[in-house]
Amino acid sequence: MEQVKTMERTETMLLNVGPSHPSTHGVLRVLVELDGEVIVRAEPDLGYLHRGIEKMCEGRTYHQCLPLMNRVDYLAGEANNFGFCLAVEKLLDLEVPKRAQYIRVMLTELTRIASHLFWLGTHGHDLGAMTPLFYAFREREKIMDLCEMVSGARMFPLYFRVGGLAADLPEGFMEKAWEFVKTFPDLWKDYDNLLTQNIIWKQRTVGVGTLTAEEAMNWGWSGPMARGSGVDWDLRRDNPYSSYEDFDFKVPLGTKEGDTYSRYLVRMQEMLQSNLIVRQVLEKLPAGPIKVDDPRLSLPPKELVYTDIAGLINHFKLIQEGVTPPAGEVYQCIEAPKGEFGVFIISDGSGRPFRVKIRTPSYVVLNATEKMCTGRMLADLIAVIGTMDIVLADVDR
Amino acid sequence: MHPAADFLKAKFPAEVVEAGEYRGDTTVVVKPGRLVEILTALRDDEDLSFKYLSMIAAVDYHPASPRFAAVYNLYSHKNHDRLTLKAFCDSDGAPVLPSVVKVFATADFHEREAYDLMGIRFLGHPNLKRILLPDDFAGHPLRKEFPQRGY
Repeated sequence: MEQVKTMERTETMLLNVGPSHPSTHGVLRVLVELDGEVIVRAEPDLGYLHRGIEKMCEGRTYHQCLPLMNRVDYLAGEANNFGFCLAVEKLLDLEVPKRAQYIRVMLTELTRIASHLFWLGTHGHDLGAMTPLFYAFREREKIMDLCEMVSGARMFPLYFRVGGLAADLPEGFMEKAWEFVKTFPDLWKDYDNLLTQNIIWKQRTVGVGTLTAEEAMNWGWSGPMARGSGVDWDLRRDNPYSSYEDFDFKVPLGTKEGDTYSRYLVRMQEMLQSNLIVRQVLEKLPAGPIKVDDPRLSLPPKELVYTDIAGLINHFKLIQEGVTPPAGEVYQCIEAPKGEFGVFIISDGSGRPFRVKIRTPSYVVLNATEKMCTGRMLADLIAVIGTMDIVLADVDR
Repeated sequence: MHPAADFLKAKFPAEVVEAGEYRGDTTVVVKPGRLVEILTALRDDEDLSFKYLSMIAAVDYHPASPRFAAVYNLYSHKNHDRLTLKAFCDSDGAPVLPSVVKVFATADFHEREAYDLMGIRFLGHPNLKRILLPDDFAGHPLRKEFPQRGY
């Protein structure tokens, strides 16, 4: 019998992953060049969700920019507004009252937990672990409820204002927040039990998408991505803003190799640390005003608008003309759930920003896709996209 | 003055145009010619150690001239310190700057974005093409002459 000869093929194959692929968390297209099942080249193609937010900001008053900021990283709306408000307040050289600072910290930390839970659920789901999603969304829903209590909206809360907050905490909020804070560490164990020692999970994540600390800095990584590679850096601790120095928390670090598993551990620990910060806020929350007492920045109380002519004029002027910071350029960044979220504002002294640049962590992280994937299997690309914790609205802006 | 500003003035006296501080942010305006050397020096200096490029923001200062500038925001993990470098493009018609991808890998996407939205070309960039907008898009929307609505 004649022997069958194996045919040798040396050409590579191009494969489109996305733009509508369930594991790309939005509309991201990755053009992958494959040699068999090994990735030779992976080029992210972005912009499907570009809304021109930076350009839109130039035609709006500072307060009108806030709803846009919500939609930059829609899983962490509060964090984006936080960064933007702080940047405008830096332009104004203004410090908001202590109570407002604490409440801002609390909501941002709750948002961080919610964002990490979303990452945990979807990342697990992408790699074949279906169950964590249900557990993670169970707790995320409680945080969404808390957001709804303060602002009326779940995904796009608009609670922070330049100069403070829109309103004080509603009745019953503290009790619900306490309930969450007390129960969360126990519920957290559910995810930990499901994944941390899970052999399949480890096989899919250990050693995948590695980047050393030195490289992580070179690629501009921040937040949990950098800490997962062992970069000991947290803006909340190292450049404290909004009274973060009042709270006691640890910065979890990953291994020096910085693989997907290490970043998983970092984010898991961060949830507990955020929970700890929320607990401290609830314990220490001071009484007092929730916005600065300055008619050029804060809207007057509603009853004054209806009954007092000065209040009505004040309200009208502030809505029409907006806040007018002096001319200047500032950059302010915060530790958002996904890393360094920065806002660079150039003011020309008018009520509308001259230029707003939004530095988002997802956009920067995506740059290293090829670096993390080359030489690995196609299935690892899904793990890499998951571990980057990108939100495409955050990437494209 | 910030030690990095003094460092740059001592090492690149002909390049530093001005250095200033506003609300705690130090901004050093430099000439674009030796930008790569300046960033390399800031990165490799033991004391300053600006090893992290946070972002590059392209700015259109229309109607002022020179119009276009790129703002480089650097961070030092050692000192937990920030520095802003700004370089104006020589030409208003065809703005060009040297690419710093070789110094900071992260500059890749930032420069592509600046090219895409503001039309600044970065010489030496390995893959300078549009990133957020489609390849056949006409114009650069962050420029001041680009309309806010009605496009």
